[in-house]
Amino acid sequence: MRISDLLEQTFSSLFANKARSGLTVLGIVIGIGSVIAMVSIGQGTQSSITSSIQSLGSNLIMIQPGFQRGVGTQVRTERGSSQTLTLADAIAIGDTLSGIKAVAPQTQSRSQVTAKGTNTNTQVNGVTADYAEVRNVAVASGDFITEQDNANLAKVAVLGPTTVTDLFGEDSDPIGQTIRVNKLDFKVVGVAAAKGGSGFSNQDDAIYIPLATAQRFITGSVYVNSINVQGVDSKSLDQLQTDITGLLLERHKISDPTLADFQILNQSDIVASASTITNTLTLLLASIAGISLLVGGIGIMNMMLTTVTERTREIGLRKAIGAKKADITMQFLAEAVTLTFVGGVIGVLLGWFASLAVRQFGGIDTQVSLFSVLLAFGVSAVIGIIFGYYPAWRAAKLNPINALRYE
Amino acid sequence: MIECKNITKAYKTGSVTATVLKSLSFKINDGEFVAIIGPSGSGKSTLMNILGMLDTPTSGDYFLDGQNVSKYSDDELANIRKKKIGFVFQSFNLLPRTTVLRNVELPLVYADVAKNERTKRAREVLVNAGLTGDYHGHYTNQLSGGQMQRVAIARALVNNPAMILADEPTGNLDTKTGEIVMETFQRLNKEQNHTIILITHERDIAEYADRIITIRDGLIVEDRNNDNKKIGVVGEDDPVLKI
Repeated sequence: MRISDLLEQTFSSLFANKARSGLTVLGIVIGIGSVIAMVSIGQGTQSSITSSIQSLGSNLIMIQPGFQRGVGTQVRTERGSSQTLTLADAIAIGDTLSGIKAVAPQTQSRSQVTAKGTNTNTQVNGVTADYAEVRNVAVASGDFITEQDNANLAKVAVLGPTTVTDLFGEDSDPIGQTIRVNKLDFKVVGVAAAKGGSGFSNQDDAIYIPLATAQRFITGSVYVNSINVQGVDSKSLDQLQTDITGLLLERHKISDPTLADFQILNQSDIVASASTITNTLTLLLASIAGISLLVGGIGIMNMMLTTVTERTREIGLRKAIGAKKADITMQFLAEAVTLTFVGGVIGVLLGWFASLAVRQFGGIDTQVSLFSVLLAFGVSAVIGIIFGYYPAWRAAKLNPINALRYE
Repeated sequence: MIECKNITKAYKTGSVTATVLKSLSFKINDGEFVAIIGPSGSGKSTLMNILGMLDTPTSGDYFLDGQNVSKYSDDELANIRKKKIGFVFQSFNLLPRTTVLRNVELPLVYADVAKNERTKRAREVLVNAGLTGDYHGHYTNQLSGGQMQRVAIARALVNNPAMILADEPTGNLDTKTGEIVMETFQRLNKEQNHTIILITHERDIAEYADRIITIRDGLIVEDRNNDNKKIGVVGEDDPVLKI
């Protein structure tokens, strides 16, 4: 039997029962469509979480002070609250270790910030010039804090977009204006570009002032709240983390690493654990969608079994005039595979539209990957063969004598 | 040529064995028009299934053109059916929602004949069976019973088989139409030398054949040449108009 005849036969018998074929295909369409849509939502979530972590800065290692523990007591205070890291630590890291692009120590405190007639409570970051690059802070207008500002203990400030709105209102230009922090006047020299929230905090609700100024006038100490280190690439981060740990233990004269008075957060660890969560989420969504695909496959089998029963006499006749078992098997298998294939194509399109709709209206940056399309196609073809095989086998093994007499 | 030697067919149901055909032996030469007649339950349908190679005998040998086919596998039998046997059934067994032409082409599809050649041969045999070109594009469910049986005859002829097996071909037709179908068989036999084996329980219909084999209870009780055979008025008018 020729392929062209097989196809012609398949289409004519599927078209003979348009409603039934259509509904059966619908089952596969929904199954494949939901697999595509769900996987794209899962992957979209993953990439938006990853990019939000990346917005902290790329190839970032953050060093924060460890627990503060009073002498002779087991009571620990909040992580990061102790004062163990100094500007000298930061300089030492930058000077002695390799694989580092930039080091940005910073202080962090919350203060009441006032402008003409308004005020807000915001995070005041004392930073160096490198901070902008290390922590991915872009400047929307004006300039960022410079090394010169740090050297001069300049009283200048760069405002986050949320703070600008809080102090000066929407769409205002605060550059050149004066704000008051801790009874000191600061001149606004720049506005940071919006970064959006990252997890639990709003990075846009902050102001940046020179680190030296902050240490002198705001915190009043030589300590820093964290040291941000940017590595040259993501592969060397783990090595860098080990090097930094060694260096700081040595500088702080601590021999037992478990008693370290600082902690190191490696960005790739955060990304990895976030990926684990989103992968689980994707898997969960895909398996729910997979169930509907399975149900769709059973629908195909159901239809094919009905068809075989209905066409018993036709099968008998075909066998009488010379069709072999393989011819009959091929005929019914081809029908099942055609149904799933058509369902697969429509399902991929539908899933694609669904994922575009979610992106448009749901705010998740969904992605339809080639992989999920290929997977859906592969799965639908396999479903066609598996669920079509049993009915086809039943048809092929029919005895032509009984089949011809079947009422 | 067909030669049956001691063909026996028995069915086993539990511990009971029913012997339907009891050691039948006969020969049918090429170009013969034979009717196998017998009451229901006589075993004539079982015999036809074996002659048509839809079934194999429990014991005995069946030679078709010198080949002993009694022990062939399902697929081997299908191959021989495809080349050497044309079936005409009581209930026509045409594919519904399919054109006349396509129905007649069907055996050629399984015989791997190219599309153009298929259509050409199908049209020829349809005309030969008495169905003019106007009907070739019709769907089979638009035809009358007599026309449907002609399509079935054309389908049986299209492979140019060694024999045509007709199982109660007039069973679903009225007397007049039945006569026309029988005349068609006669014409195919006389003019084109096709071997025709007709299975029926009606003596009237059997009278169209040259030779009548009577079966009762699985045995051949009579095998005679039919001297007082009915002769149809072959080719007097266009048979299509009469149906």
